[in-house]
Amino acid sequence: MTEPLTELGIPAFRSGTESVPTTDEKQTGKDFTSDQEVRWCPGCGDYAVLKAVQSFLPDLGLRRENIVFVSGIGCSSRFPYYLDTYGMHSIHGRAPTIATGIATAREDLSVWVVTGDGDALSIGGNHLIHTLRRNVNMTILLFNNRIYGLTKGQYSPTSETGKVTKSTPMGSLDHPFNPVSLALGVEATFVARTIDSDRKHLTGVLAAAAAHRGTSLVEIYQNCPIFNDGAFDAIKNPDTKADALIPLVHGQPVTFGATLDDGPMAGKGAKALVRDEQTGGVKIVATADVAAEDIVVHDAHSPDPTMAFAISRLTDAGYLNTSPIGIFRQVERRTYDDAAREQVSVASNGSANDDAADRTARLAALIGGGDTWTIL
Amino acid sequence: MGTGLFHAATRLMWRSGEHSPGLVGSRAQVSHPAKQVKQLDRVIIRFAGDSGDGMQLTGDRFTQETAAFGNDLVTLPNFPAEIRAPQGTLPGVSSFQVHFADHDILTAGDAPDVLVAMNPAALRANLGDLPKGATIIVDSHDFTARNLTKAGYSDNPLDGDTLAEYALHTVDLTGMTVEAVREFGLSRKDASRAKNMFALGLLSWMYGRPTESTEAFLTKRFAKVPDIRDANLTAFKAGWNFGETTETFVVRYEIKPAVMPPGTYRNITGNLALSYGLIAGGVQSGLSVFLGSYPITPASDILHELSKHKGFGVMTFQAEDEIAGVGAAIGASFAGQLGVTTTSGPGVSLKSEAIGLAIMTELPLVVVDVQRGGPSTGLPTKTEQADLLQAMFGRNGEAPLPIVAPQSPGDCFDAAVEAVRIAVTYRTPVIILSDGYLANGSEPWRIPALDELPTIDPNFATSKNYGDGDDAEFWPYLRDDATLARPWAIPGTPGLEHRIGGLEKGDGHGNISYDPANHDFMVRTRQAKVDRVADSLPPLEVDDPDGRAKVLVIGWGSTYGPIGAGVRRVRKAGYHVAQAHLRHLNPFPNDLGEILKRYDRVLVPEMNLGQLSLLLRGKYLVDVVGYNEVRGLPLKAAVLADVIGGLVAEAEGIEVDLTPTSTDQESVR
Repeated sequence: MTEPLTELGIPAFRSGTESVPTTDEKQTGKDFTSDQEVRWCPGCGDYAVLKAVQSFLPDLGLRRENIVFVSGIGCSSRFPYYLDTYGMHSIHGRAPTIATGIATAREDLSVWVVTGDGDALSIGGNHLIHTLRRNVNMTILLFNNRIYGLTKGQYSPTSETGKVTKSTPMGSLDHPFNPVSLALGVEATFVARTIDSDRKHLTGVLAAAAAHRGTSLVEIYQNCPIFNDGAFDAIKNPDTKADALIPLVHGQPVTFGATLDDGPMAGKGAKALVRDEQTGGVKIVATADVAAEDIVVHDAHSPDPTMAFAISRLTDAGYLNTSPIGIFRQVERRTYDDAAREQVSVASNGSANDDAADRTARLAALIGGGDTWTIL
Repeated sequence: MGTGLFHAATRLMWRSGEHSPGLVGSRAQVSHPAKQVKQLDRVIIRFAGDSGDGMQLTGDRFTQETAAFGNDLVTLPNFPAEIRAPQGTLPGVSSFQVHFADHDILTAGDAPDVLVAMNPAALRANLGDLPKGATIIVDSHDFTARNLTKAGYSDNPLDGDTLAEYALHTVDLTGMTVEAVREFGLSRKDASRAKNMFALGLLSWMYGRPTESTEAFLTKRFAKVPDIRDANLTAFKAGWNFGETTETFVVRYEIKPAVMPPGTYRNITGNLALSYGLIAGGVQSGLSVFLGSYPITPASDILHELSKHKGFGVMTFQAEDEIAGVGAAIGASFAGQLGVTTTSGPGVSLKSEAIGLAIMTELPLVVVDVQRGGPSTGLPTKTEQADLLQAMFGRNGEAPLPIVAPQSPGDCFDAAVEAVRIAVTYRTPVIILSDGYLANGSEPWRIPALDELPTIDPNFATSKNYGDGDDAEFWPYLRDDATLARPWAIPGTPGLEHRIGGLEKGDGHGNISYDPANHDFMVRTRQAKVDRVADSLPPLEVDDPDGRAKVLVIGWGSTYGPIGAGVRRVRKAGYHVAQAHLRHLNPFPNDLGEILKRYDRVLVPEMNLGQLSLLLRGKYLVDVVGYNEVRGLPLKAAVLADVIGGLVAEAEGIEVDLTPTSTDQESVR
């Protein structure tokens, strides 16, 4: 299949919500709020994400009945009950499979998956990677609290090694997943990370994810105040977060830390990313120590995910003292569901809109085909 | 095809297009010994060879020729799970049995009348199934010391008199094939690969099969490799001519076309019929079929077939695993399509939790289980019907769903349409229990007129269903009084936004509910909904010709043929026995209990250790007698006849003697 090209030779790709009917009616967050009582623990980061999503959805201008939220099992997976859209709270780890069926069956739906680190990366790990490689048009919100909450406090696939939990009194033995590295490894077309408590950043990432046609994976750091409180304190604390968070902005040199007041890099952060000749990856240096042109300029649209992967490796595997956030990768690739519908359309060869009588005639021809004989 | 391509092949003056079905004997113009023609009413032939010898293709072609001739037929392919098991060994033997007759038959036959064995292993593996006096045609070429050893023979069975009780024809099929195709300049290996077509030609001559369909098939199949095409056509014709001209074979056989009900027929396998049935279910319901599936033997052919029919709006999704296959199908159903997933027993195990979700969310879903030998990986290419209890109970919680089973390859079509009807009407997953024998076996199928099929109404919800005016709401679990089905409101329908999921629902409104009384009510309601399906079923047909039988034989699935043939034998010997066969395993037909109680003895033959027996005993407190075998092969009619005879003797207090009064055990109508 060839991809359509614009005059500039750039593939003319479509928005993630292009085929979804829109509405002119003014919508508010209230329109997307269901009548169900929200039952997360007080202080749970899920509240902030829910509020942000409810406020953000009206911005899409889509008809509410054409939005579907699908979830698996876990605290975050209660999400669909609280949104007044179509929704399914399914079974553990399988939300991407159900969403694949919905998105492939119906071009006119905006499909969202809400999942957690256990749901998406442990029991549902297989479905996550295959959905990402197929690039089915959906947005996956992966709430990462680095713990199992609903089952009351066992370590998760993103918990740091040595974590003492109910199931690991002597410390956990597993090396954790980095969800962003994983997604980049399977060549996901949209990979981003954001934080529950940063409403503005979260909303910006959601908007980009929804606009992307294909599978958008958004990892959301989310605090569990009951079983893993403080896991993200270093990146949230006003005193430390400037040195902990590495913001990624497409087209901008990657710097962070205290803002430099003077010099050629005034206004940029005191720390910067440069290529590491030793490892082939990237490393953190003092901005003042390197030439401006040596600082890595973030290119989310690069067809090659290597640099994005290198940046993702700066995430601490242990307690989170350093983490890049933002959109790591955003590239265009034909989606599975568009291609699947195109095959049906080609095979139908104009007969897709047959009336019932035509379809019956074609069915009769099909089952009556092959080598036949007639007995009178 | 042109006549030029074989004119130099054997110098035996074959002319394509000169013959017509049934008149094949009059064409050769060379002198040859006079051949006797013997009339038979039925024959069972088994082609056996190494799994690389093309025996399945050979059997399939012979079957197509036989179908075109107008005999009734039933086939039994039998092959190893390994694609190329070690060459020349017993585990590598692949066979194809075809039973054809001038009358209506029900099984692939208990014991072959003719065995075609392409190597020592094929002879050794199949000899035990042959009755004394059977015809054996062996390819002597492969009876080398090495191959004999591989097959476990210390002496060549073709020498000496170990096969004296059979009509043995030792023929160098390979050598003659290589000689016949010499002009095409193929390597010896490639040339010898056409030996299956030589064998087919010989058997086609012997049984007066029309040859056009095989010629057309070979021409098309090898269109891109002309020398291979010509070699196969030549070998096929050389085999025919060998039979006609040599003195090795002095008898030809004639089996007249069967008298069958009027209609247009084709030969069809179970997997093909099931695929067509699913497409028909889509057409009859106006729903697009969405298949989510993961390859597994012996169900993969349904995925292959449906993937060819996207022109009907059929979407096929080859998922990363069994769970993703059913998950995507559930998603498609939620989105308003006809979700289908196809698998075998191990796949059903993996899908269990998702099927439970479909039960809880009350969405239409068709689950096809083409059963194979189990447990675990079991016998992937052999048949069994041991997934009945898994289909009934293999999920957590009280999780009832309707189950239907086809009884013959062609019947897979009707079973699929029935499954779609139930799934859509009652908003429920439905399991179709086919099996390996039905899937790969074939029979003539009367192509149905489409107005014979039910119209299936998806009846999507379009408006709010609870309360009035501005306060009106949509309640996703407010049920239809008659069917207890819930409304199916699909995304894109304004005002009906709702959330469903695996957690228990409150009656009517469908919100999460942990209320004890509500849960008790909902569990009972889901069961009641499945039970309501029985109200839509016709009375169970009982075949009890004069109403004097005291013994009833009841079965399900692919045992229909062997049970029917066994029953005929008993009746032929002058005794009374009734037969019934269950299409619906859950719920059972409403009149089943009353029927069971009408008979003194109830026999339940199954290819498992008594799964239907357990259900019937549990539900109806009837002391049924099981007959159970799990050999990976269909039950044998003769064995069942003996078992039935024994029960008739008990029930009626008489002596039963089933000594055949005719050579044809199946000819009682």
